[in-house]
Amino acid sequence: MAASNESALLFDQPGPRMRKRIRVINWIAAIVFLAVLVLILVRLYNPPDGENQLSWELWKPALDGEAWSDFYLPGLWATLRATFLAVIGAVVFGLLFGIGRLIPNVVVRNVCAVVIEFCRAVPVLIMMIFFWRAFAFLDLPSPAYWSVVISLVLYNGSVVAELVRSGVGNLPNGQHEAAVALGLTRTQSLMSVEVPQAIYAMLPAAVTQLVVVLKDTALGSIIMYTDLLQESRRLGSMYFDILQTLVVAAVIYFIVCWLLSRLAEWLPSHMQKRTLAPTEAEPVAPIAIMDPSNANQIAVAREERPLGGAQRTYHVHHRGSNASIHNWRRTRYAQGFDETQPESQIQVHHRGMGHTDQDSGHSRFPYPRKGKGKRK
Amino acid sequence: MDGFLSLFQSYNVPAAFLVNLELTFWSAIFSAILGIILVVMRISPISSMRRVAAGYVELFKNMPLTIIMVFMVLGVFAQLKISFSDNFDTNFFWLAVVGLSLYTAAFVCESLRSGINTVPLGQAEAARAMGLNFMQSATLIIMPQALRGSVAPLGNTLIALLKNSTVAAAASVATETSSLMSEMIEFRPDVIVQIFLIFAFGYVILIIPIGVLTTYLSNKLAVRR
Repeated sequence: MAASNESALLFDQPGPRMRKRIRVINWIAAIVFLAVLVLILVRLYNPPDGENQLSWELWKPALDGEAWSDFYLPGLWATLRATFLAVIGAVVFGLLFGIGRLIPNVVVRNVCAVVIEFCRAVPVLIMMIFFWRAFAFLDLPSPAYWSVVISLVLYNGSVVAELVRSGVGNLPNGQHEAAVALGLTRTQSLMSVEVPQAIYAMLPAAVTQLVVVLKDTALGSIIMYTDLLQESRRLGSMYFDILQTLVVAAVIYFIVCWLLSRLAEWLPSHMQKRTLAPTEAEPVAPIAIMDPSNANQIAVAREERPLGGAQRTYHVHHRGSNASIHNWRRTRYAQGFDETQPESQIQVHHRGMGHTDQDSGHSRFPYPRKGKGKRK
Repeated sequence: MDGFLSLFQSYNVPAAFLVNLELTFWSAIFSAILGIILVVMRISPISSMRRVAAGYVELFKNMPLTIIMVFMVLGVFAQLKISFSDNFDTNFFWLAVVGLSLYTAAFVCESLRSGINTVPLGQAEAARAMGLNFMQSATLIIMPQALRGSVAPLGNTLIALLKNSTVAAAASVATETSSLMSEMIEFRPDVIVQIFLIFAFGYVILIIPIGVLTTYLSNKLAVRR
């Protein structure tokens, strides 16, 4: 669906001659792809010096009932168990640190920021190896399992924390203003108005993150956690059919992840009625330190304009964790704001407060906004 | 503090990071090439190409990297006997690069596609109105703007790639950081926390500049509309 929309944008509705040519190229391409597939199969059937990889002798032990009951299903259960616990932990961790990064207290905010950025930058495998060895030295039970869970909680929890933060950042200012007008303090408004909406907004992206967690549990096989991958390797080394067992494991991983991805695509429309922040799952989940995201521009570009014409001007809501925007919670841009020409900024800020930030050059204004602000 | 010094004296930590950087460098180049091919296929008017590219992206996006790496060594090398070099180290290095590139290409394709989404409809309409065909409008009008729009997701993909290069341990690359870390912990369990901190901060130091540069570039190169 999306593909056809994008394509329709790039070329004209083909006429009869073009349609014919497209049909011809289409068939040629299809034949080339099929030929590549056949070549791979031939290579599998008759490798230079090895046995026929397609023979039933090799596939049978990878597919029969015993393989499922003794290897794949226990492995899948171990994978899902670690995923489930890691997701729960990550959501708790993410909520704690994500809210911690938003509350007014400077010390708490900075400590949370450092913890989150550290956990996002360290590769999960490095954390896993460390915790595995550390737990083994401390004589804790099942060190591999707990190291998988805790490493995934730390990394994905920090991503969830950023999702919470961006969910709050994406809410229209009016939500906070209304809460303040009702006499709530900043923290109260955060806890009872903004964060609950942010949670609904982040749900689809969190489900996308679930796929990442599930994929990353496979790292556990490197530290001898008996997950699906490890079990399939064991089975493969028993019957010397590792290629076949890995294919089966890959298919299982793919099916589970694919179902979760579909869920993540279906969720946004169902979450949108519960929040004022945009609920779309990001095309690329925020990964990096100072991750700038162009999701706003994507959203604007995707918007349907039935009468055509120029794009509408919006506040660029903060999405992802765009740390490049100094003081981002208080800053609202006009679409297309040019940093090098700050005076071209539409007057969204109070005239008296029109001083600019030294390091970023962005104009800023007190929060909540007073005076004649231009709203969307 | 003494622990840190003795660790740096007895183990060559920078060399291990260099291996990861090399893995990242080659995989970044190959996955960029493959990703660009995939995204052009993905937006082309040829439906079979579109389907194949979409299938590729969907397959590798929903597949753990670890299983790809294990597959490269135990499947492609050990069972299909495909190898790049007689030297085991070089061979595993390139197998890991292939695995990383195949995996990352799917994400490069998605990043570029999200960049294409930032190009307003009017640009393509104008290109068509001027009589440019698909390849012309793609290479002259859409892609230059899309590349600028996808700097941020591409930077994220690069950072993820650098972190993923540690998974090369699953492809038997024994000289990279996570393998060296296991080895160091094996011999010096008394300073395990210091060992972890060395590698953790090594990655923090490598990743922060990429993040800063990405942010700078994506602001600098953003198409003002």
